[in-house]
Amino acid sequence: MDSGLSSLGGGGGGGSGGGSSTNESVTTVSKVEVVEQMSTEASSYPGEAELELGLGLSLGTGGGGGGLVKPKQPSSAWGEYGRILTAKDFPSVLSNASSTTPRFSNSSAGPVSGTKRAADSAVSQEVGSATAASQVVGWPPIRAYRMNSLVNQAKALAAEDDKADSENDKFKDTLKKKPYTGSNKNNSTVKEKGHLGFVKVNMDGLPIGRKVDLDAHACYETLAQTLEDMFFRHNTTMPPIRSDVEKGQSTNPSKLLDGSSEFVLTYEDKDGDWMLVGDVPWGMFLSTVKRLRIMRTSEANGLAPRFQERSERQRSKPI
Amino acid sequence: MGYSFPEEVLEHVLSFIDSDSDRNSVSLVCKSWHDIERWCRRRLFVGNCYAVSPAIAIRRFPELRSVSLKGKPHFADFNLVPHEWGGYAYPWIAAFAEAYPWLEELRLKRMVVSDEALELIAKKFKNFRVLVMYSCEGFSTDGLATIAANCRNLKELDLSESEVDDVSENWLCQFPDSYTSLESLNITSLSSEIRFSGLERLVGRCPNLKTLKLSHSVPLDLLPNLLQKAPQLVELGSGLHTKEVHPDLYSKLAGAFSGCKGLKRLCGLWDVVPSYLPTLYPICFGLTSLNLSDAPIQCPELIKLVSQCQNLQRLWVLDYIEDTGLNALAESCKDLRELRVFPSDPFGQEPNVSLTEQGLVSVSAGCPKLHSVLYFCRRMSNVALSTIARNRPNLTRFRLCIIERFCPDYITLEPLDVGFGAIVEHCKDLKRLSLSGLLTDRVFEYIGSHGKKLEMLSLAFAGDSDLGLHHVLSGCKSLRKLEIRDCPFGDKALLENAAKLETMRSLWMSACQVSYRACKLLGQKMPRLNVEVIAEQGHPDLSPDEYPVEKLYIYRTVSGPRSDMPSFVWTMDKNPALRSS
Repeated sequence: MDSGLSSLGGGGGGGSGGGSSTNESVTTVSKVEVVEQMSTEASSYPGEAELELGLGLSLGTGGGGGGLVKPKQPSSAWGEYGRILTAKDFPSVLSNASSTTPRFSNSSAGPVSGTKRAADSAVSQEVGSATAASQVVGWPPIRAYRMNSLVNQAKALAAEDDKADSENDKFKDTLKKKPYTGSNKNNSTVKEKGHLGFVKVNMDGLPIGRKVDLDAHACYETLAQTLEDMFFRHNTTMPPIRSDVEKGQSTNPSKLLDGSSEFVLTYEDKDGDWMLVGDVPWGMFLSTVKRLRIMRTSEANGLAPRFQERSERQRSKPI
Repeated sequence: MGYSFPEEVLEHVLSFIDSDSDRNSVSLVCKSWHDIERWCRRRLFVGNCYAVSPAIAIRRFPELRSVSLKGKPHFADFNLVPHEWGGYAYPWIAAFAEAYPWLEELRLKRMVVSDEALELIAKKFKNFRVLVMYSCEGFSTDGLATIAANCRNLKELDLSESEVDDVSENWLCQFPDSYTSLESLNITSLSSEIRFSGLERLVGRCPNLKTLKLSHSVPLDLLPNLLQKAPQLVELGSGLHTKEVHPDLYSKLAGAFSGCKGLKRLCGLWDVVPSYLPTLYPICFGLTSLNLSDAPIQCPELIKLVSQCQNLQRLWVLDYIEDTGLNALAESCKDLRELRVFPSDPFGQEPNVSLTEQGLVSVSAGCPKLHSVLYFCRRMSNVALSTIARNRPNLTRFRLCIIERFCPDYITLEPLDVGFGAIVEHCKDLKRLSLSGLLTDRVFEYIGSHGKKLEMLSLAFAGDSDLGLHHVLSGCKSLRKLEIRDCPFGDKALLENAAKLETMRSLWMSACQVSYRACKLLGQKMPRLNVEVIAEQGHPDLSPDEYPVEKLYIYRTVSGPRSDMPSFVWTMDKNPALRSS
């Protein structure tokens, strides 16, 4: 059951579903209940056993993982995992009117949290919020151009932080609400110049490509995790569950990176060459990557010598 | 009929008629007027590039000088339309290259434009003047270099929000030294460095340059020089960031801005350092449009800036402006027509700024000319919406995005049906509406009965049943574009209102409950609609008929099914005997 629940949420809760953590815990619980119900149904989903294609993940969400070659699922599956939640699913929202305190008691209230989290969610190293940001595709409806702009702002402010010089102190003072940079201070290898933002990702066997926001990641692991979520799990539109964010911090190393899967992650660099992802330091990767491709291992033969070498190395490393 | 009106006179009269709908009316009067009109039409707008083929357009209008084309559906902006879906400009440009050697203007939105297409433009249109590619992709700076090198009379080059493959930094230098006709340049989406000396020389030799929107790679140091060379600028987009601070720069910049007496529109300001903002104060009074949505400026500085812009008509800003800033805006900017407030932290779990519905209420009360609103916030109430509606019955565009889905009225915890109902009821000229928050079928009942002028409606995570969709399709007489995601709308409403779909430009539905069966039926019964299904799973025939389609795009067309569909898009058959494999 547990695994069903965490995979249904797709490994992350989003800002869109979370709300304020303390005041509205009651409402959050009710949302969890609703989805739990669905996960129970979904994990009895007949197609599960066939989901060995790809990365061996995606339990319970059924449906669209892997390639196109799977036989059709019975139509009754739709009701089990894809039901769209409507106003009727939240009766407890209305009945809890008395027990839930409004988030703002008066309009002149200051911000709920004093520190901004722009950088945190956009450039965070935590798996939870990195995947949370992209959990519901296209919501909130912000154009890619604007998202890149936000991320660049966050990075620029983080970089300002890194420059611990006195001449910047007076600028810092005027910036009252700065993004919580926290662990990002170690991430100054990320270049300020150029907004990478979204790069295209294609997977062998799938006609539909996707885009992934490279700026939302700070290491290969989270990137690979996100890609696995994208390509090997069906994208659900259900409200994400807060508990999943905390639980879903995956400690499993990505199979895309360690060579144990049928697929391997590659990228095209500025010179047009296709390289294996993971060989160069993250910052260097960011500065040369143009697009990504999830390639069948069998086709990665051109990169074979390094690949085998890498997989030997990886297998001998403790995980 | 004995006496006939001389053609030349009619042509002359028609030359004063610009509006497409008026021209369309003219062409319906009689055969000869239809003929005269089509020969003297110079501008064409195609809202959906698949609604008509290039051949048909060329056959009807043989003497066009200016064409606007739109490709992908609007939801492509939010990653809901898969890549390689379509919207290719090349077939159009290739056809125009043969038919309209005197074509002067091309405006493309959400289309895929290749370098080959750009090369055609550069080489085939001798008097090419305007190229606007808004939110396009598929081309590189090589294509731009060809344009620069060949289009002697180019006035406008606008790449707003397009994805450009930056392969060469010196494409700007391809504009020959003899080239002086540039009036508008927008290269904000280019991310790599450009040759600044080339830019400076270009700006220096184009006396009619009115719009200059640079990318954020152009450093602050360059700006005073550019401004001094172009004091006639009306619109400027620039960063205000520098790695080094020197007092000299400040005074140079202040002087340069003061010299731009005609500056009316300002945008960019990425990475702006607040201490440089006062350099803008001298020009604030003249500004009519200010786009600070890329600028991380905080509330106090925003208030100082905005309070001086008494002639402001359009403001785009991040939610750092907060309610207090919006109060100041309402007091200072009485000429405000359009307000857009974007979220600075859209994915954060908690609000990071104190921006609520009150800010919008203030502006609606204080700015009598406000008619266009786009507002991201984290809470809303029915009473606030009703107040806004009563304050501003002149609203024509109202797009509200409450960031948390299914978010109810924060005071009563009820759905926001009544609030949005008030908006459609009071704002009788409302043309565009986007909803969010907790909404039941009731809101659609209101929209159906009051939204008579509504042309575009965007829905997400709303409604309870088919009845909602039925209200909209049966009630909104002027509806042209309807886009829906994640709503429990299904077959019944769609099939019952099939005829309505032919009166609209397009309908998008994704993650709803429309079955394959309904799509096939619709495709069969409605020959003038393309019912396109986007399906990752494979051919529609492999899915059971009751299975819901992932994404559905229905649009009217006179050209039949597309011929350039990728493997994951199917047009639901018009002839069941000819099932494609």
